[in-house]
Amino acid sequence: MRNRTRMFILIGLAVAFVLLYVFYQLNGNYHYAFPRRLMKVLAMGLTGIAIAYSTVVFQTITHNRILTPSVMGLDSLYMLIQTLIYFFFGSISILVINVHYNFLVAVSAMVVFALIFYRVLFKEGKRPIHFLLLVGMIVGTFLGSITTFLQVLIDPNEFLGLQSKMFASFNNVNSDLIWPAGIIIVLAFIYGWRHMHQLDVMSLGRDTAINLGVPYDKLVQRMLILSSILIAVSTALVGPITFFGLIVANLSYQYFKTYKHSILIAGACVMSIIALVGGQWLVERIFSFNTTLSVIINFVGGVYFIYLLLKESRSSG
Amino acid sequence: MIQVKEITKFFGKKPVVQDVSVDIASGKITSFIGPNGAGKSTLLSMVSRLLNADTGEVLLDKADVRRWKSDDFAKRVSILKQSNFMNVRLTIRELVSFGRFPYSKGNLKPEDEEKVDEAILYMNLQEIQHNYLDELSGGQRQRAFIAMVIAQDTEYILLDEPLNNLDMKHSVQIMKILRKLVDELGKTVVIVLHDINFASVYSDHIVALKDGRVVRNGPTNDIINSHALKEIYDMDIPVQEQDGCRICVYFNS
Repeated sequence: MRNRTRMFILIGLAVAFVLLYVFYQLNGNYHYAFPRRLMKVLAMGLTGIAIAYSTVVFQTITHNRILTPSVMGLDSLYMLIQTLIYFFFGSISILVINVHYNFLVAVSAMVVFALIFYRVLFKEGKRPIHFLLLVGMIVGTFLGSITTFLQVLIDPNEFLGLQSKMFASFNNVNSDLIWPAGIIIVLAFIYGWRHMHQLDVMSLGRDTAINLGVPYDKLVQRMLILSSILIAVSTALVGPITFFGLIVANLSYQYFKTYKHSILIAGACVMSIIALVGGQWLVERIFSFNTTLSVIINFVGGVYFIYLLLKESRSSG
Repeated sequence: MIQVKEITKFFGKKPVVQDVSVDIASGKITSFIGPNGAGKSTLLSMVSRLLNADTGEVLLDKADVRRWKSDDFAKRVSILKQSNFMNVRLTIRELVSFGRFPYSKGNLKPEDEEKVDEAILYMNLQEIQHNYLDELSGGQRQRAFIAMVIAQDTEYILLDEPLNNLDMKHSVQIMKILRKLVDELGKTVVIVLHDINFASVYSDHIVALKDGRVVRNGPTNDIINSHALKEIYDMDIPVQEQDGCRICVYFNS
């Protein structure tokens, strides 16, 4: 089967799920349910492509297929930021009530953290992937412990408010945030589009990429910034879905078996729309809201992550 | 014209290349030889801007290599390192097509395809051009990478130990191709070699390094003699002449 056919199948599936989600049991309710569902689909689409794109880019510039920004501590940082806001300013502070401020603070803190952290970690040479993974896990656990420590200290009523921020959920996506987030994501895509072919060359390794005239170190910096912004925006929009990027990126590598980033990234984006919209439909109509999508994704993704780790250690050992 | 001017490179506190100045002669094969750890590969990496020198400069057409725009430089100078780690699975033809990247920026035009065909033909890879790199033997892989560099069509071709892990037959094959590139297409080849006899038989010019410094630099015949070799390798190496080639018999010295 050629890659073009595969892509059409995926796109067909994605469209089918979107239609299913929007129109299933709508019962002609075009005034209330219809715009709400559209908004949710839009949020899922934006989050999905932001995560898919940033994960593939991140994995190409760091030359690995296991680590993602979320696994490397960014999700834990998001939780810590929200906890700190509740801890120091309380649930009635402007940083909680005004979603724009909250969004801005969370995104900028995550971008700054990612830039400093990744620059130190991926600066020179190739470090063993297990070392990087260990560092990511330790940083994640460290941030997580501080978060837990602060959470047990705050008022239980405040904690209830905080709790809703801790799990990714499309049920309470704030429509005020979709537009700023959408604009950032679209701008990032337009910028990233021009570097698509350079990413192909980068996957040949640093020396070959420089030989072929790619300004490697500069491009790594820019792509790290781009990928941090996208992942920060999507996390701030719906909350942390740690293993999601990992699943869609790796499924895309396996399904398309190509070096071309235009195909890999498009594939990962369409797959994430299928997973999010299809998964959310299951959650809402089949499980009738008894669980959340992020729980399912993290369960499936966690298992897949362990599988990838075992595979990697077997091939390198 | 490539000129290396007083470059020095430290790895940590250890100087790996010290105060090296070399002019690379155009239209010739220049070999970098010397014992392990002499700084040959590091020097080559700095010439090809894979590494930045700590002090000193490398000039291509009188302009510092760090000032060159990456893709303009890639149209003039190509470099092939010894280990080519890759995360992706490519066929030979896909790899060779990457050699056109400085020109095509990823969208191959008919003239790019033509150059790719030529390079594949030059390296005699047309039969296996759709095979994946990980299915190839070491010699075929090396030829595929050299084909990529040929497709890149640069005036200067720099190679870091291209004979590593190759048997005699493939080593000779590759050296003959490099000779052809210089004699027929007028390229300039700079090559790091471990085997002194390949350097002796195939190169026009030899730069000998030891402990990060240039100890000898001159035409091949000035370097391949017992006196100079003693200075470079600290070994008494008899040199014998056979069919006009100087062969160093170092095996029991």
